[in-house]
Amino acid sequence: MAVFRRQRSPQLFSSRPAGALRTLLFICLSIVMMVYDHQTGRLRQIHAALATLVYPVQLVVDAPHALFIWAGDKLATHSALMTENAQLKSQLLQANVNLQTLASLEQENQRLRNLMQATAQMGGRISVAVILSADLDPFRHLIVIDKGTHDGVYEGQTVLDAYGIVGQVTRADPLASEVTLVSDPGQAIQVEVNRTGLRTLATGTADLIQLSLPYVTNNADIKQGDLLVSSGLGGHYPQGYPVGVITQFDRDPAEPFAHVSARTAADLNHGHEVLLYWPAQAPPATELPPKPAPVVKPKPGKKK
Amino acid sequence: MIGDFSAPRGLWFIVASYVVALVLTIWPLPQWAEVLRPVWVPLLTIYWCLWLPHRVGVITAFLAGLLVDALSGTLLGEHALALIVVAWATLWLHLQVRVFPWWQQCVVVLGLLCLNAFVMFWVDGMLGYTLSPSLRWMPPLVSALLWPWIMQVMSRLQQRYHVG
Repeated sequence: MAVFRRQRSPQLFSSRPAGALRTLLFICLSIVMMVYDHQTGRLRQIHAALATLVYPVQLVVDAPHALFIWAGDKLATHSALMTENAQLKSQLLQANVNLQTLASLEQENQRLRNLMQATAQMGGRISVAVILSADLDPFRHLIVIDKGTHDGVYEGQTVLDAYGIVGQVTRADPLASEVTLVSDPGQAIQVEVNRTGLRTLATGTADLIQLSLPYVTNNADIKQGDLLVSSGLGGHYPQGYPVGVITQFDRDPAEPFAHVSARTAADLNHGHEVLLYWPAQAPPATELPPKPAPVVKPKPGKKK
Repeated sequence: MIGDFSAPRGLWFIVASYVVALVLTIWPLPQWAEVLRPVWVPLLTIYWCLWLPHRVGVITAFLAGLLVDALSGTLLGEHALALIVVAWATLWLHLQVRVFPWWQQCVVVLGLLCLNAFVMFWVDGMLGYTLSPSLRWMPPLVSALLWPWIMQVMSRLQQRYHVG
């Protein structure tokens, strides 16, 4: 080795840079992996193994934040806790009052749907997950949560927060999962305008809290402040959860579609916790790639 | 400075440097600063390929790239491909670049990192992530400006821990 190095050093350009063949081999290998990962998603085991390998890195990155929150909890004064408690109590009271009417409305809705012989997709199970504070690719909107296939998370699962739809699980690893936000430039969600029932698509933008509605015609009945809810078409997202609020609606007669943008309903900028949603019925089999049975049908006993 | 004539030492330091680079890669930053984040893993790979070309090369780049892919949710192989290209180009140029003054090194590093960004942009473009192309060139620029400091710190540490 030493002799070889001494012979090589006088040359300015090494004649055999790093083994061109080896480099080519690894380039081909990574291209094949990318194609395979993209087309079939069959590299899940490798992905899961690598993700488990780098999970400690994510924990290290999250540690100061977690410590900060923990310290905040520990050092909170009695009076601050009392104030917060009182606040939460009044919020709960208000929410309960709203829920009272909701029960009867849900009943009525169910009856009407039965009359129309439409299947209602109500209910479902929800579990809390903590967002690990880590920045992934700056050009995509991804977050990592601390629940994985171990907790019954599956790919394509809807993620909510207290205010609306956050996104969907795009990769479920054993210990953690990756959630793509609705505002990711590569995401689109089927929405309907709550006021008029107009159905359209909302796609993500480069902005974290902004959605764009590219296929709204110029004569559509939309105005600022309209609430967008998920329409449930396409089968990925449950129906009727808030997605966004229209912030801008510009008609441009020169173009086929109007410029419409919306602010996401979910608090994508500040939240620390999100909710994982399991629909009441099993998700349609066509939507998901084949995977082991326990992942699709999580055991209720294992969750909080 | 280069321990060419002794047995390889300090593997732990190389591994540790990559772990630190991975941590810095996903360290949470405010949203406006995210596009200014230096690309730590390519920077580190360039450093090691310049000064320890007989130990760190294409294979290390490939493995490090796969870890970044797993960490940042990109396609398995995307960062790996970009890093292999960077490592290969660095190995090809390493004897020249070593003797360059610092500002010329910065220019070369900028070129190498632009190559890295181009490969990433190319793959992302095929996947449909074509938004904000102008911002794509910010991380290489910021990283290249940081190069002299990274050089200083890393070579001090390398000497101190006798990594060769």
